[in-house]
Amino acid sequence: MTNRGAVEVGFIPLVDCAPLVVAREMGFADEEGLDLSLRKANSWSAVRDRLALGALDAAHMLAPVPVAMSIGLGGRPAPLDALSVLSVNGDVVGVSPAVARRMRAGGAMPGFDDAEGVGRRLIGAVDGRLRLGVPFPFSMHAELLYYWLGALGLEAPQALDVRTVPPPQMAQAMADGEIDAFCVGEPWGSIAVENGVAELILPGSAIWGFAPEKVLAVRRGWPDEEPETARALMRAVWRAGRWLSDPSHRITASELLSRPDYVNVSAEIIDRALSGRLVVNPQGDERDAPRFLEFFDGAATFPWRSQAIWIATRLAARNGLDRAEAARVARDCFRTDLYRENLGLIGADLPGASEKLEGALDTPTAVASAAGRMILGPDRFFNGEVFDPTLAG
Amino acid sequence: MAKTIRIAVVERDRERAMLIVDGLRAAGDYDISVIGDERGLSRRLQELNPDVVLADLENPSRDVLEELALASGPLDRPVAMFVDRTDDQLTKAAIEAGVSAYIVDGLRKERIKPILDAAVARFHMFARMRAELAATKAALAERKTIDRAKGFLMKARGLSEDEAYALLRRSAMDQGKKVAEVAQALVTAAELLK
Repeated sequence: MTNRGAVEVGFIPLVDCAPLVVAREMGFADEEGLDLSLRKANSWSAVRDRLALGALDAAHMLAPVPVAMSIGLGGRPAPLDALSVLSVNGDVVGVSPAVARRMRAGGAMPGFDDAEGVGRRLIGAVDGRLRLGVPFPFSMHAELLYYWLGALGLEAPQALDVRTVPPPQMAQAMADGEIDAFCVGEPWGSIAVENGVAELILPGSAIWGFAPEKVLAVRRGWPDEEPETARALMRAVWRAGRWLSDPSHRITASELLSRPDYVNVSAEIIDRALSGRLVVNPQGDERDAPRFLEFFDGAATFPWRSQAIWIATRLAARNGLDRAEAARVARDCFRTDLYRENLGLIGADLPGASEKLEGALDTPTAVASAAGRMILGPDRFFNGEVFDPTLAG
Repeated sequence: MAKTIRIAVVERDRERAMLIVDGLRAAGDYDISVIGDERGLSRRLQELNPDVVLADLENPSRDVLEELALASGPLDRPVAMFVDRTDDQLTKAAIEAGVSAYIVDGLRKERIKPILDAAVARFHMFARMRAELAATKAALAERKTIDRAKGFLMKARGLSEDEAYALLRRSAMDQGKKVAEVAQALVTAAELLK
């Protein structure tokens, strides 16, 4: 086995960093001759800056961050690219027990899959501007909230205020009356429930059925400087995602992630996200969320350019930028070219196209692919809208 | 005469915050505020309306500061983390020291540099002080262990203090270990035999 060298990858302690942890701990990185070091960080800003300045080679990153940087939003020390999608879905929306009580004033809580019903009830339960906390300004958490509540008639910023609150401070911000609700990734939703400070009202997947959540991000140009290392890393992480998609590996995965070096939360709590069976309130009620968090199935790892375009046009519209131009530059930062080149030979099925309609599928659907057996998962938006990337702008 | 630059320092550790403030005062005439409680950080910053925000690179609240980079209202001013490609050294020095600086758009570089230099120096100073404190604590703990080991030897073998220490040092040399390690082993064994 040749040693292709050391690679340093940054991550935030969240359940969806699993493909990186599994790549290291289950030997997929070793198999590729890769000496994979994982570097934990406290904030997305810190991961992004280290990555952009070359202190990290790659990172677990919010899917909208490379897109936002490519269209000039936020600080941009250096452009970033997404080599593959690390995870799809996995966010939860939660409210304080007081808001949950007011939501129940009009009858039983609408179903955990009923984004419209839950949304209308939430809007009715809060006077004035609805304030929601998310972990980062450029995140799927923020995008899902703007999309969901915007479609139900709340315009930002007049009626809807989405602001950044670090997840460990989310419960306190709710107790201080700074926010009415939050959208976070696991394990933060479950931790808030465990601490008795929140009730989960909706999984992100009820808003968009197949939302790219985290990507494997690198500095633009790094895959050209280190093509062997980039290929080895992409392969190890892709194989880790495939391993995670086998339900019989769930217990092992929860145990690995629970270690102090990684998420540092009990395996039982981590298992809720991996199984999609969530405890939603301090009374212990459980709800099933299908496809709550995907690492592999339904071509989850493919960095669809249409996903980047969707994110870009949403960001551009909110920030007064030209949508067509945003769509044009954003599509290039989702590197379907490298995905095809590096993963095709080891068995990743490759779709015929790199863009697709977003939100068009109700059921798992077979599509044209290199091996002819690619099944895409249901990807509906809650309001039935279909996004056509060729019409973007 | 340009107007006084307003600086907000986001730092929970009081000692470190004071150290940074002192450094900035020595570097120039600035209007400095410290935010020690990160709850309601955006609101506090809106009230203070600073030209420069300094925070530890590792501070989890940095993600809140990113929001400042989005100028959404007519009164909001775009702010970005200070990363200057033309002055890689200054940027590198800041990153290595663990300083992140958010600078309001349009502030001239020659006005930023002394602020960053002062912050970088004080961040380093604090890291050094912390390392020294840790080293002192470790040395004190080692000395206590060695004293206990000596006491045990003096009692068990009827040695003087100097002889007990010589014995410890000799066995440490024989085993290629530190005196403190041999002393620790002896103390552990002595506890077991009690």
